[in-house]
Amino acid sequence: MRLKGAQILVEALKKEGVEYIFGIPGGVLLPIFDVLYDSPIKFILTRHEQGAAHAADGYARATGKVGVCIATSGPGATNLVTGIATANMDSIPMVIFTGQVRKKLIGNDAFQEADVTGITRPITKHNYLVKETGDLAKVIKEAFYIASSGRPGPVLVDLPVDVTIEESEFEYPEKIELRSYRPTYLGHPGQIKKAARLIKESKKPIIYAGGGVLIANAIQELKELVEKTSIPVATTLLGLGSFPETHPLSLKMLGMHGTIYANYAIMNSDLIIAIGARFDDRVTGDTEKFAPEAKVIHIDIDPTTIGKNIPVDVPIVGDAKNVLKELNKIVQKPDIEDWLTQVKEWKTKNPLRYSRKGGLKPQYVIEEIYKLTKGEAIIVTEVGQNQMWAAQFYSYTKPRTFISSGGLGTMGYGLPAAIGAQFGSPDKVVFDIAGDGSIQMNIQELTTAVLNKLPIKIAILNNSYLGMVRQWQELFYKKRYSHTYLLNPDFVRLAEAYGAVGFRVIREEDVVATLKKALNIKKPVVMDFIVKEEEDVFPMVPAGEAIDRMIEMA
Amino acid sequence: MKHTISVLVENKPGVLARIAGLFSARGFNIDSLSVGRTEDPTISEMTVVAEGNERILEQITKQLYKLIDVIKVEDLTKAKVEFIERELILVRMKVNPREEKKIQETTEEIGAQILKKSKDVLIVEVVGEQNEIETSLVLLKQFDIQRIFRTGKIAMKASA
Repeated sequence: MRLKGAQILVEALKKEGVEYIFGIPGGVLLPIFDVLYDSPIKFILTRHEQGAAHAADGYARATGKVGVCIATSGPGATNLVTGIATANMDSIPMVIFTGQVRKKLIGNDAFQEADVTGITRPITKHNYLVKETGDLAKVIKEAFYIASSGRPGPVLVDLPVDVTIEESEFEYPEKIELRSYRPTYLGHPGQIKKAARLIKESKKPIIYAGGGVLIANAIQELKELVEKTSIPVATTLLGLGSFPETHPLSLKMLGMHGTIYANYAIMNSDLIIAIGARFDDRVTGDTEKFAPEAKVIHIDIDPTTIGKNIPVDVPIVGDAKNVLKELNKIVQKPDIEDWLTQVKEWKTKNPLRYSRKGGLKPQYVIEEIYKLTKGEAIIVTEVGQNQMWAAQFYSYTKPRTFISSGGLGTMGYGLPAAIGAQFGSPDKVVFDIAGDGSIQMNIQELTTAVLNKLPIKIAILNNSYLGMVRQWQELFYKKRYSHTYLLNPDFVRLAEAYGAVGFRVIREEDVVATLKKALNIKKPVVMDFIVKEEEDVFPMVPAGEAIDRMIEMA
Repeated sequence: MKHTISVLVENKPGVLARIAGLFSARGFNIDSLSVGRTEDPTISEMTVVAEGNERILEQITKQLYKLIDVIKVEDLTKAKVEFIERELILVRMKVNPREEKKIQETTEEIGAQILKKSKDVLIVEVVGEQNEIETSLVLLKQFDIQRIFRTGKIAMKASA
């Protein structure tokens, strides 16, 4: 069958089972958009390309499927960059299409030309500049395969306009075999045996679970490992939801704003079982002082993460689900009663806490959202204090219910990602926990939410500051609040101008009623919670310190 | 310590940029890099000489392998396999008639090939292992050198 490049693209996307494409059209994309016009794939028009990239990312995180977005050449493509880098840091499967100028014009500084494969090379898992229409089907097949296999990530396909106009024979490859790309899925049996031995011999073990557990869909296997061994579990930010936080062996999140007990436990452990996590600096603090007595078993599908930041005793390259399945077959319960008593004591003595005095508290808002949604909502966050409070004061019990930009820390991520998540999970309640700073970084996507009748609940924890930066200025720069105070628009009227519903809450006693009201409205609701301005996220480890040196609430 | 790393890659546009970009983005020090086609036109081979401690070299090897277009990476130094290595230098120097005899003796001693000789300019080529090249350079530098151009190292394992 001979088809135009644009038709090949859309046919290939159908073969890949793509439901939604997020994006914005443009000059060099006209042939593609002409085909999309009567295609069954739903196109979601965002108001900025960054919004399209984050929406595709949010969709991917909520569903586990590949998120797809498209932008035109030049500025359209460069506007995607933050979204691509965000997905890359958090191993999110995405395929990004960008328009490019005609082949003959490439390199000539043509109108709306940018070297997009050059710009995105360090922030994609892989990228392509397609030169021949005949290569298109194979490239798309490869792009989806690479994006979703191994350690997932974003793959970009740059499409010169003539490649989408010219014709070629279309046949979608059934299978793909790349001699240069063969991810390791099965763990080495000898290494798994060694790991089981170390676990059996350990006196003070801890499981450190990251986003890889969710990506590998290894929730059941992790639970089984914990049930078999009684080893307590701390998760990373992206690992929230990989192990139920309501479980007695959950230590919740560890690291810079983790719980005191998780940090004490990992620092005093004699064995760390790291699963799909990468010993990020926000988790380890000063690596020289990190968990000095601990041996480390590190299970990860990406060999580069193993031994990168922390020396590892038992490296296991493989898919978390496969490796845990094998490990669970042979693992034996270690003798750790004393350790569990100690951990329990830390947990009882040092719960996450905040004072409800001194005005409406952001932590209270999060707690009430948790109670009202019974832990069933998808919580998407922006970045900063709002993100940390959302991580701390909501109890995550299910996979893919916490969606946040962890690695890159992208402010402005939350609203568009919530849009993508709501498309992916239409039956779930989706919250965007926002700050007054972050929400304004992609506020234009309110239109996208309104026009698509998405019942997203946006909870702005409005403290009139770039709160996290202000907190650091308070603690480390003598309260010299250099350029962190925000004079904000009226978010309620702004919401209304966009066609959403807006509420303002200034008193604690109105929080629950407002949330209830919002949950009953079938369109986007913006809740402007006027919270205490100088509220801090505690506990906190100052950057570069050992993680048991935590600053606590005064 | 300097390590010689052999990298087999897909012979596609942009591969060199990916590898060079990886080294700069991750802050690895690259000593030299050579690239060329193999007997299979779809595959190029690179020889990378890089320096660092064991952890850094392990990261370099793994990060290279992680690139989609990289087929195989082998740290020849670490693997302690037998391999042949060669570098090449071209040296253009001014010839002072009084030194002509000495230049001739020196080029013979170091096994340099004379590629071009004119009235007052001489271009020689030296091929050898790194230490031979270094020695040759020390000896040649006693003359009036106009330009030295040095390739990166290429390496080949003694057996497959």
